[in-house]
Amino acid sequence: MEYAGKLFMILLSTLLVNNFVLSRFLGICPFLGVSKKVSTALGMGAAVTFVMALASLFTYIIQYTILDTLGLEYLQTIAFILVIAALVQFVEMVIQKMSPTLYQALGVYLPLITTNCAVLGVAIINIQEKYDLLQTLINGTGAALGFTLAIVLMAGIRERLELSDIPEPLKGFPITLITAGLMSVAFLGFQGLIK
Amino acid sequence: MLKEILMPILSLGGMSLLFGTGLALASKKIGVETDPREEEVQEALPGVNCGACGYPGCDGFAAAVIAGNAPVTGCPVGGASVAKKLGEIMGQKSEVNEKQVARVLCAGDCDNAVEKYNYHGIEDCVAASMLADGSKECGYGCLGLATCVRVCPFDAIYITKKGIAEVDREKCTACGICVAACPKDLIEIIPYSSLVQVACKSKDKAKDVRKACKVGCISCKICEKVCDYDAIKVENNIASIDYEKCVDCMVCAEKCPTKAIYADFEHAVV
Repeated sequence: MEYAGKLFMILLSTLLVNNFVLSRFLGICPFLGVSKKVSTALGMGAAVTFVMALASLFTYIIQYTILDTLGLEYLQTIAFILVIAALVQFVEMVIQKMSPTLYQALGVYLPLITTNCAVLGVAIINIQEKYDLLQTLINGTGAALGFTLAIVLMAGIRERLELSDIPEPLKGFPITLITAGLMSVAFLGFQGLIK
Repeated sequence: MLKEILMPILSLGGMSLLFGTGLALASKKIGVETDPREEEVQEALPGVNCGACGYPGCDGFAAAVIAGNAPVTGCPVGGASVAKKLGEIMGQKSEVNEKQVARVLCAGDCDNAVEKYNYHGIEDCVAASMLADGSKECGYGCLGLATCVRVCPFDAIYITKKGIAEVDREKCTACGICVAACPKDLIEIIPYSSLVQVACKSKDKAKDVRKACKVGCISCKICEKVCDYDAIKVENNIASIDYEKCVDCMVCAEKCPTKAIYADFEHAVV
């Protein structure tokens, strides 16, 4: 029971309190780049969720079977990038084969996830926090869902901003950055949720 | 010492080799075959993904061309040069289409058109046209709130100092996105070579047109009578030109009492 409670805490913490985009400031590039429409934001979120969950699993295996046993912890970053890149390529192939429609919908976002630092971030945090396999999976999925939540919220706001009367110098990117900042401040409110 | 250098090289190299062969095998086993010509077609296309061809982006059009569902001349943006390239890739002959441009058919700028009320709402023609057909007395006129400017992927439309939209003929590719975006249906795709256009879309009766705008078509039918080529017709209180028949003689534009017919006298050949 205590273990289940801990899992729930991890999920809640990574989803809201330590939201990857708005509290840890990871994955900002797609957060600002692909948040113009809610539909594409959802697609991006789904793709990231898929890759993050798988990446958590595989990096966990690599870390404890290869790196730790051989005493090569310092190769963590480069090894993880290798794993993530290979994984994304493989996922792309599978999706293209299994569902061409989904492949088309995700389009260029799929290969772009390779360089999404949130994926590498979650893999490294998993190891730092010394999570076991189940906790790693929960943390990975939760972080990705948090990313999806943030990007979809942002897209919703930006769709409305399009039609708002914004002062000329703030139009476009500046107002987007201000919005992101305010969202981050709002998410700070979740800080009290977990001790 | 040797171990410290060899181990990382071997383990990382081994992992890379493993992933590499894994991916290579996987791509052989589950990879999707693509037609090599598809990439060539994608290269030849402009790559702006405007959707003017009716397919979802340039890649969608490329796939349709390869599948034989779309003609090689189907890209209005690329025009003749792209059609020729695609024809070469596909081994087909391509007929060259005449270049076309978009034209905003309204001359009711702030000098000519009468305002009905002052609009201070959302800066968008669609929103403005919902308020009693827009702020102009004429319910058919250009509102100048730049909806077409924003949708144009080629930066070819601008709002003049007098507050109506105009198309830059050189930048325009006749993709037709603005035609669909204009809530007043004011934009039409016309032949690039055409020098005479009816710059009015008002279907109001002459009396109402006169009240609302100095340069509106009052359907007097003078143009119809003076045209020797049967190219201009007045229907539903508005003149319209058949560009197939029109020879750009500009007689109608000279005789038009309200100058609702626009003629490019500078480039006149007759």
